[in-house]
Amino acid sequence: MVETMSAELEAVQEETPAKDKMVLIAASGDLDKAWPTLILATTGAAYGMDVTVFFTFWGLSILKKPGTGITGDDWRQKLMSAFHKGTPDGLHLSKLHFAGLGPSMMKSLADDKNVASVQELLDLSLELGVKLWPCQMTMDLMGLTADDLIDGLDKPAGAGSAISLMRDASISLFI
Amino acid sequence: MADITVDARGLQCPMPVIKTAQAMAQITSGQTLEVIASDRGALSDIPAWAKDMGHALKEQFEEPDEFHFVLEKS
Repeated sequence: MVETMSAELEAVQEETPAKDKMVLIAASGDLDKAWPTLILATTGAAYGMDVTVFFTFWGLSILKKPGTGITGDDWRQKLMSAFHKGTPDGLHLSKLHFAGLGPSMMKSLADDKNVASVQELLDLSLELGVKLWPCQMTMDLMGLTADDLIDGLDKPAGAGSAISLMRDASISLFI
Repeated sequence: MADITVDARGLQCPMPVIKTAQAMAQITSGQTLEVIASDRGALSDIPAWAKDMGHALKEQFEEPDEFHFVLEKS
């Protein structure tokens, strides 16, 4: 049994050599982190790489469905989601946030300069076959269900799955 | 004249590379693809992508506010 499994694993590894795997850990819900994360993910896919983005802690807010309101059952979960609603269009800036003025300025600048938005890059990631993994533990911690998150995601996973992937990837970044 | 043209003028990083990769998937080995970009970053990004992917950069030239790259699919 063990022998069969390792033979299968080897076959998979041979099919997709380590050079061709990229793993990004999206741990931040900041606009200025989500942006480069998705730029790298889509570009990795353009290089023919097998790209997986693992969304954990505030990073999960990037995956919240547009229009998602207060989430969770517990008052603490609700309070946190009220102050940090997330969704691709509702992310905060790590600097110069100014109660939302900063992100508005940044987004209107990006629009003027024709820089793809976080929402567009997220759609493009799915189109290019980038795998988007939500972290199950953070979902539980924050009271998020699959219904709160966008469609097209892979099954929620944990640190073990992330390590298994990263051990075999030539590019692994924690953003 | 290239077999296929990618007009990436006005687009910013990472879109010229993404559009180029998507178009490259549409052609077969030996066919050529011309990318026209206005993003100055494409000057290093397109040749880097082509080299990594094994496609030959046959020609590269500049016109006012735009950069042209002719790639041959490996």
